[in-house]
Amino acid sequence: MTTGDDERRPQLSRRRLLMGGAAAGVGAVAAVGVDAVWRSSSSPAPPLHGDETVSFHGTHQAGVTTAPPAHATFLGLDLRDGVDGEALRRLMQILTDDARRLTDGRAALADSEPELATVPARLSVTFGFGPRFVERAAGTAARPSWLRPLPAFGIDRLEERWSDGDLLIQVAAEDPLTVAHAVRMVLKDSRSFATVRWSQTGFRRARGSERPGTTMRNLFGQVDGTANLAAEEFDRLVWIQEGWLAGGTSFVMRRIHMDLDEWDRLDRDGREQSVGRRLSNGAPLTGTQEHDEPDFEATNSLGFPVIAEFSHIRRAHSEDPDEQILRRAYNYDLAPSGEEVSDSGLIFGSFQADVDRQFVPVQRRLDELDLLNKWTVPIGSSVFAIPPGCGPDGYIGETLLE
Amino acid sequence: MRTTTTIAAIAAATTLLLAGCGGEEAADSEASSSLSMSDPWVKSADDGMTAAFGELANDGDDDVTVVAVTSPASPMIELHETVDDGSGEMTMREIEGGFVIPAGESMTLEPGGNHIMLMDLTGPIAAGDEVTFTLELSDGSTLDVEAPAKDYAGANENYEEGETDHDMGDMS
Ligand code: HEM
Ligand SMILES: [Cu+2]
Repeated sequence: MTTGDDERRPQLSRRRLLMGGAAAGVGAVAAVGVDAVWRSSSSPAPPLHGDETVSFHGTHQAGVTTAPPAHATFLGLDLRDGVDGEALRRLMQILTDDARRLTDGRAALADSEPELATVPARLSVTFGFGPRFVERAAGTAARPSWLRPLPAFGIDRLEERWSDGDLLIQVAAEDPLTVAHAVRMVLKDSRSFATVRWSQTGFRRARGSERPGTTMRNLFGQVDGTANLAAEEFDRLVWIQEGWLAGGTSFVMRRIHMDLDEWDRLDRDGREQSVGRRLSNGAPLTGTQEHDEPDFEATNSLGFPVIAEFSHIRRAHSEDPDEQILRRAYNYDLAPSGEEVSDSGLIFGSFQADVDRQFVPVQRRLDELDLLNKWTVPIGSSVFAIPPGCGPDGYIGETLLE
Repeated sequence: MRTTTTIAAIAAATTLLLAGCGGEEAADSEASSSLSMSDPWVKSADDGMTAAFGELANDGDDDVTVVAVTSPASPMIELHETVDDGSGEMTMREIEGGFVIPAGESMTLEPGGNHIMLMDLTGPIAAGDEVTFTLELSDGSTLDVEAPAKDYAGANENYEEGETDHDMGDMS
């Protein structure tokens, strides 16, 4: 995935950070004082991850093809009764203003904890619209045909408290305190328009623990995300080309519980068979390196396929070049209850230009057969339209709301 | 009260419109030409009182004094400061002599400090609305500012002259 939209904040801009804080309520005199001390110190300060920003503005929203930072919180909101197109415009203008400032390391307007805003840590805030949002904003004609709950699958055990929603706000950064502050800010500013339906927090490895670009591991210990869309394919398979969603995309979010206690009973060979890849480095069972192409034709001495018929990658893999998705998953790990010692799983996210054409066929195949289903259960599901990005004077959703 | 301009445009450009000026030469020396207000915002409220905030900056060589503020949102607007009333309680009251912004300096209008007090709203101000304010300066020049409304739970100081249940906006 690209890291091209990441910017390392020059040290000089610390001055701007402080002044930004000043504008939001810290005494201006105090800020100038600190600035003077900063400049007079002789040794150059080491660059900090916390100073790095991801540009909020652009053709596309950040947080889709952006390299996933360590922490993410996904918010699903329900619109209050009577919130119409005019109110939605006000809501999205406020939320855009919050996101624009916070992702730049500046306090939001009326930010009651402005000091928490000065460490952007590659913060991105991404907005998505559910079916009802689009219909209230611009009528049913504006709703793409794929913007609706997914068809029911046999494996689903969906719970309402993890499913659907009118407005998605994905808040992600390398620092969990940055995420928490941004979440609090956008929720405060949504409160008179919407209620919180669900909040899902996920994580990957901490920034700096592994080399950048290392494929993540999920809580089964698997290397997860190896066979993913290449950047050259984004324009064709991720970004929508026409209509109010031009420059936008779609997002399918599946909350999938992983039964770690049952998984514990499975030996290493069985674990590798279930996916078709090695646990050590994620290499296909027919290869040695993570990025070796799996050989789905290869058979063992008994004549059985090396990558089993029931394996996850054989079932998920598509030979159709148009039937591909961009996966962007986070782990979750909640407090266990009762006799269980873990309540864990995957916040499985998938971006694609067309849900029905790209995502649904893959999910359908996995529903029919996938050994991983023995240990995984989808408990939440939602579909959102991700509108395009905006410029410095615009707001997210303007192509729908104007 | 509502315009189609976005908050961003306003916040970024700090839409400051010079109003009520005479000839071109006179305009340069007007106090309003050296005053700007950045990051303005007003606390949303259904009725009664509320307050507006922001950062006033004076980049001129002379002190600038804001003597009054008007807005279609409230027929009566006062310039307030917040002070310890002696018992440890913070109370707000009209500031004597207006907001004085010394040459080259700035003044932060913020909850718990100096602020623009809307005494009697003509109608509800909802989150995301934009409210126009006209700042009147001591030399008679004026500065127009557009402030987006935000929900805000703070800014609940008591008002010295008012009833105690009047605060800067009602969140409920
Ligand atoms: C908890 C649930 C899941 C787990 C633990 C899981 C795990 C994995 C792992 C370990 C791989 C192999 C490495 C890789 O290429 O990323 C993989 C591949 C893949 N998974 Fe999943 N996955 C889950 C759910 C899903 C779902 C819901 C979908 C889509 C509906 C999906 C689609 C794919 C695809 C398309 C691939 C790449 C297949 C290929 O090689 O072409 N996975 N998954
Ligand atoms: Cu007051």
